[in-house]
Amino acid sequence: MAATKILRDILAEGQARPAHRPWPCAAVGGEAWEQAISLLQEEQCTLLGLWGDQGMVHLALLDADGKPAILSHPCEGNRYPSVGSRHGAAIRLERAVRELSGFEPEGLPDWRDWLDHGTWPLQCPLGPAEPVSAAPKTYPFLPAEGESLHQIPVGPVHAGIIEPGHFRFTAGGETIVRLEERLGYTHKGIESLMAGATVERAAVLAGRASGDSTVAYALAFARAVEAARGAEVPARAVWLRALMAELERLANHLGDIGAICNDAAFAMLHAQFGFLREQVLRVADRCFGHRLMMDRVVPGGLRDDLPEEGQGAIGGLVAELGRRFPELVELYENTASLQDRTVGTGVLPAGLARRFGAGGYVGRASGRAFDARRTPGYPPYDELQFEVPVREEGDVDARVWIRIREVEQSLAIVGQILERLPAGPVHTPLAAPAFAEERAGAALVEGFRGDVLAWVRTGADGGILRCHLRDPSWFQWPLLEAAVEGNIVADFPLCNKSFNCSYSGHDL
Amino acid sequence: MRRMLFKSLVYGPLTEAAPPRSEAAVAELAARVDQAARARLGRTLAIREVDAGSCNACELEIHALNNVLYDLERFGIRFVASPRHADVLLVTGPVTTNLRQALERTYQATPDPKWVVAVGDCARDGGVFAGSYACVGGVSAALPVDLHISGCPPTPLALLQGLLALLESVESPSGGKKVRD
Ligand code: SF4
Repeated sequence: MAATKILRDILAEGQARPAHRPWPCAAVGGEAWEQAISLLQEEQCTLLGLWGDQGMVHLALLDADGKPAILSHPCEGNRYPSVGSRHGAAIRLERAVRELSGFEPEGLPDWRDWLDHGTWPLQCPLGPAEPVSAAPKTYPFLPAEGESLHQIPVGPVHAGIIEPGHFRFTAGGETIVRLEERLGYTHKGIESLMAGATVERAAVLAGRASGDSTVAYALAFARAVEAARGAEVPARAVWLRALMAELERLANHLGDIGAICNDAAFAMLHAQFGFLREQVLRVADRCFGHRLMMDRVVPGGLRDDLPEEGQGAIGGLVAELGRRFPELVELYENTASLQDRTVGTGVLPAGLARRFGAGGYVGRASGRAFDARRTPGYPPYDELQFEVPVREEGDVDARVWIRIREVEQSLAIVGQILERLPAGPVHTPLAAPAFAEERAGAALVEGFRGDVLAWVRTGADGGILRCHLRDPSWFQWPLLEAAVEGNIVADFPLCNKSFNCSYSGHDL
Repeated sequence: MRRMLFKSLVYGPLTEAAPPRSEAAVAELAARVDQAARARLGRTLAIREVDAGSCNACELEIHALNNVLYDLERFGIRFVASPRHADVLLVTGPVTTNLRQALERTYQATPDPKWVVAVGDCARDGGVFAGSYACVGGVSAALPVDLHISGCPPTPLALLQGLLALLESVESPSGGKKVRD
């Protein structure tokens, strides 16, 4: 395919950086960089991530064949040509690069700060980290003009038990004319805390980037470290990791389908799905010693093996869910008052989902058949039978249906894993690095919400020099703004819940 | 739906289907929470949850308190949407500098008498995020805290236990040492 060739050509012409694994990585100059932006603009490539490190800005891309690669552009004079100037999905990432690393994306159309609200005691924490006195900044929201429009500010502290963020609605009567998000309230400086940390400590931090996806993050981080260090993981650990990842997916999908029904004022299904979610968490607790399975996936394998009775407990769970779940799905499908709220609400057009590389159920409900378990793929999923459900409607209902289908697929996957779980150890300690130079590794892992990107640079002593984590929400949050346009304000909670973007994973 | 409603009539509440051990613990705690709530707060306690930069896992477990197995509302303890209706602020996270002001405003908007419960290890002292430029490092650095519930995240049982401890430490609903300006 022409597109693939072009990204390959760009890589070939650049200066290969062999210390990067497992994806090809090359340092490129201005012309090749512009060509790469054109590939994004023409939708021949998908943006996976963009971050700054050591005087360079790194651009992770996925080509049309699903092969990832990283291009690095030097930032002479702390500047580089903006990607966001031609590819909207990069804008927020570049705003973050500017304020965290101190590299100016030349030509970026949005000059406003994003995560830096003026409350930090320093500037550019991942760059020069110069001390400043904190002075909260006012944030100029984009104007919306028209007759009798009014604004509704919501947050950062919301009415429910949810994470903090600010939503600025401009409405004409009941109808949302524009939604603008302001995020960054949960920025904890995780990437700065990881820089210079031991692998063990960094793994703990990675598992707390977004707590609902702790297994996915721990797995992405572990796989990136293992790639950088050339470490092998025992087969049993590989399979148990997938088992945990699927349990996490099940718990989140069950809880969220219920919560969406609740936002559509159908409390009974909320109660029923909440019950099923709790069953998953209790089994996870029995089998792995933590309800959310935090800190169980570690570089080199797993912290503990599955106890003897574990396989039976999980088998019992799969059987119970397999029995109860279809009844609830039938009820969802046949309740007119629910369908009335979810069908046709919050439509995300397929073109936007594709352009932004929307992952997870947000992308798959709008025709984007991407799943990191398949492409680029990672073990043991290449040996498992599962389908990646896709729908075209792009509304709340379609996102619910993707999750319903994914619950079914995850149950099937867990069943297969239980049948074929290999014996043996679950951890191989990382060997002391046999190389003096720095190494970098990357991994893409499918969390319940979408693909999580982890990239690490490790030092000669094996410690973490820099880690970048990119939550799927980075590409979903902007699309929520588009999906709610023209909907009534009262449907916003429903639309928001159907996206269920992570604040913490985005803000880090 | 009718079939399902009928089933729940016949088979009783889901609450009984939980594993025996933890269900017993819930029941024991439930009885104690119930008595204390009745005695001290006239059977109601309104909680406003504030996420001050958590990783969102603490929220997941707080949510679980409302599921049919823990069913917090049967004790008269419920979550409210506005701090103006709240007796208790349940705060999670290491308190990010970006959220500090909103947290303080929420506290100011809560009428006296009020109590602050810091939930999770990072709400205690910053936890794994301690030392970050972007974190104040624990709720008590921003607000007077009456109780810490530890865990990362605390289990729903630990949360129930914590709420009980709070009820038992409260002198009376309208007076005593916990009232602040
Ligand atoms: S205490 Fe743990 S689970 Fe709770 S918010 Fe902090 S890091 Fe997350």
